[in-house]
Amino acid sequence: MRSRILTPAFVLCALPAVAQETGLTLAIQLEPPHLDPTSAAAGAIDSVLYANVFEGLTRFASDGSIEPALAESWEVSEDGTTYTFALREGVTFHDGSAFDAEDVKFTLDRARGEDSTNAQKVLFEGIEEVAVVDPQTVEITLAEPDGALPFNLAWGDAVIVAPESAEDIKSAPVGTGPFVFDEWVQGDRIELARYGDYWGEAPALETATFRFISDPTAAFAAMMAGDIDVFSNFPAPENLPQFENDPRFQVIMGSSEGETILAMNNAEPPLDDVLVRQAIAHAIDREAIIDGAMYGIGTPIGTHFAPHHPDYVDLLGLSAHDQERARTLLAEAGLSEGLRLSLKLPPPPYARRGGEIVAAQLREIGIETEIVNLEWAQWLEEVFRGQDFDLTIVSHTEPMDIGIYARPDYYFQYASPAFQQIMATLKATTDPEERSELLAEAQTTIAEDYVNGYLFQLAWPTVAAAGIEGLWANQPTQANPLADVRWTE
Amino acid sequence: MIRRLVPGAVLSALFVLAALVSYVWTPGDVTGVDIASKLQPPSPEHWLGTDHLGRDLLAMLMVGARTSIAVALVAVGIGMAAGVPLGLAAAAMRGTLLDEVIMRGNDLVFAFPSLVIAILITAIAGPGAVNAIVAIGIFNIPVFARLTRGAALALWERDFIMAARVAGKGAPRISAEHILPNVTNLLIVQGTIQFSLGILAEAALSYVGLGAQPPVPSWGRMLAEAQTLTAIAPHVALMPGLAIVLMVLGLNLLGDGLRDVLDPRLRDLRT
Repeated sequence: MRSRILTPAFVLCALPAVAQETGLTLAIQLEPPHLDPTSAAAGAIDSVLYANVFEGLTRFASDGSIEPALAESWEVSEDGTTYTFALREGVTFHDGSAFDAEDVKFTLDRARGEDSTNAQKVLFEGIEEVAVVDPQTVEITLAEPDGALPFNLAWGDAVIVAPESAEDIKSAPVGTGPFVFDEWVQGDRIELARYGDYWGEAPALETATFRFISDPTAAFAAMMAGDIDVFSNFPAPENLPQFENDPRFQVIMGSSEGETILAMNNAEPPLDDVLVRQAIAHAIDREAIIDGAMYGIGTPIGTHFAPHHPDYVDLLGLSAHDQERARTLLAEAGLSEGLRLSLKLPPPPYARRGGEIVAAQLREIGIETEIVNLEWAQWLEEVFRGQDFDLTIVSHTEPMDIGIYARPDYYFQYASPAFQQIMATLKATTDPEERSELLAEAQTTIAEDYVNGYLFQLAWPTVAAAGIEGLWANQPTQANPLADVRWTE
Repeated sequence: MIRRLVPGAVLSALFVLAALVSYVWTPGDVTGVDIASKLQPPSPEHWLGTDHLGRDLLAMLMVGARTSIAVALVAVGIGMAAGVPLGLAAAAMRGTLLDEVIMRGNDLVFAFPSLVIAILITAIAGPGAVNAIVAIGIFNIPVFARLTRGAALALWERDFIMAARVAGKGAPRISAEHILPNVTNLLIVQGTIQFSLGILAEAALSYVGLGAQPPVPSWGRMLAEAQTLTAIAPHVALMPGLAIVLMVLGLNLLGDGLRDVLDPRLRDLRT
C-alpha cells in the first residue's frame, strides 16, 4: 500500500493487474425485470442473484445434485411427511441481522401464502406447516410424503429472505450470500461486492459486474475487445470456433435444462387433432435444426425431459423425421391441403433461425406457416399469456419442468386427465424406483400425445477469458454462482 | 449528362430486371432450406454462394430486390398521390388558412426523423411489408407537397396562367391542366431520389426486424442475419450490402441524370 502511494508509476502499471485478479465482468443476455427471485419467473433474476446474493436451505450444485446451503443437514420422519432442517450457525444477512428459523418460516409462509406472487407456488403446495422448533431448527410438515422437498427448496424461488428487508427486495435485495448487492444501473449493469461476514469460505473475487447484452454482434465485439471477462450462454454459436481458436479465451460447453420445443396450441383447431400434431412432429428434422440454427450444438430430444437426467427415456423414434408418414397423417386428418398456421417467434437465434427451418420443413409436407417475429415482451403477452398462436419455438429452462403438462391452462393447453393422474401419483411417491417409472411413463405419455414438437436440449456455451476458473459449466438452474470463481493468471 | 444517366439507368434497370425475372426463374429456392450446403462461397453452382440456411444468395437477392422495389415504389406512389394534390391546393390557395394548415401539417411530419416515424408506425401496427410501405409512404408526403407547392407558386405568376384565368378557368382546372404538366419533370426527378431513399428505408426497417417478415427475403434482414458471420463467411454480408449500395447508387445517378435532361433551366444553360 505504501509503495503505491510513494511511486505513482508503479501504481499505474500495477492497478490493472490488481483489478484483474479480484474483479470480474460477466455478461448475460437479458436484464432482470427486478431483483426479487421469489416473485417472478424471469430466469435473468436468478442468473444474477442465485447463490451470489440469495441462498436457500438447499442449493443446486453445477452437476444438478442438491447440496446443503443454509440448512446444514436434514432428517426425514419415518412416514416421509416431516422434514427437520438443522440450520447453519453464524449466518447473517447483508444488513447485519442474524439468520434464524424465523426467517425460514417467514420465507416459506410468504411464498405459499394466498397473496403470494411466487412464480413457482407449486413447489410449496405440499407444505402443510412450517414450525420453528428453536432458532437453529425448522420443522416442515407435508400433507403427503414428497421426496422432492430438498430439490424444491433449492430453486431460486425458495431462497431465504428476511422479514425486515423483504419489502424493498425488488430494488434492494438483502440476502445471506457471499456477495452484497451494490448498484443497479438500469439498462447497463448490476454490481455486486464481496460480503465480508459471509458464513462460508470468502470468495476470491472482490467485485463482480453483470452486464446485459442480447445482440449477438455486440456480444462478439464486447468479448473480443475484452470489455467483458465471461459471457454466460453466448448468443452466437457460429462464433464459438473463433473463441476456441484464440488463446485469450476458453469455451466451456455445458448442458442446460432448456428443452427447446415447437410448442403447439393444443386447444385450437386444427392442432387440437393429435394427427395433425403428429404429422408436424414427423415433418421436423431435428438434425437440420440443430445444425442450421445452433451450428451443431444441442442434443436432440424426443420428449420434454433433459437427456442428461438419469430418468430420461429416448423417445426420438416416436417422432422420427419421415415426410411420407407426415403427409399420410395429414391426409388422415383431412387436411392435406391448404393448412396455414401462425409461427410466432421470440428473439433468440434458436427460435428465429429454427423458425425459418421449421417453416421450410412444414412446407415440404404442405403446411404453410406465417412467421411473426416478436420481442420478448410481446411474446409473453400474445403467446404465453394470451395463448394467441398456433406454433411457437421456445426453450423451457426450468429444471424438471415436465409438470407444466399437468396444467391445462398453461400456454400450450394440454388437457390430459391421464397425464395429470401420473403427476399426482408421482408427487405422492417417495420410492426412487417407482418415481423413475412414473417419470418414464410421463415422458412417454406426452411423446405419444405429440403435445409439442420436441426439438433439442439447449447447450449452454460459456465464453470466458483464459485464466478464469470455477465457473459453472452446466445450468441445473439458471445461475452464475461466483463464490468459487477466481483468476489464475 | 449521359455520363450519369446511362450508368444510372443501366444499374437501376439491372435490378428491376432481376426482380422481374425472379417471378419466373430464380437460380435456387428461396424458401427451401438446405442446411447441408450452408455458407458456401461463390461457385458455379451457386454464383454468389449460399447463406446460413443454405439458400442461394443470388436467388435471395433477386427476390429481395422485388421486396425492396415494391415497397419503395408503392411508398413513393403514396407520397405522390397525397403530396402532389396537397401541394397544388396549397399553391392555388396560397396565403389562405388552407395553405397554412397544409404546409404546417407537412412541417409537423417533416420535423420527425423519417425513420423514427417508420419505426413508430411499425411498432404500433406490427412489423410487415405493408406497414413498412405505409410508414415510408407517409414521410414521402411532405416532400412532394413542398416540392409541388414551391414550383407551382412560381408558375401561378406566369402569363400563361393569367391567360387561363382570363379564359375563365377555375383554380382546380388550372392546377390540373396547366400547373401539373409543368411540374411533372421535377416530380419524376424527385420521385427517383425518393425511390432510392425508400430502398434504404426498407433495408433499415428490415434490418431492425420491422420490414418484410421471413421467409420473404429482404436485403436488410439478410444483412442483419449475416452480421455474426462476417468472420466466417463474409460474402453472406457482402452480397446484400453491395446490392443495396449499387441499387441506391444507380437510382441516384439516374435521378441526377434525369434532372440534367429534364430541368428546363439546366437545359437552357447548356444551349
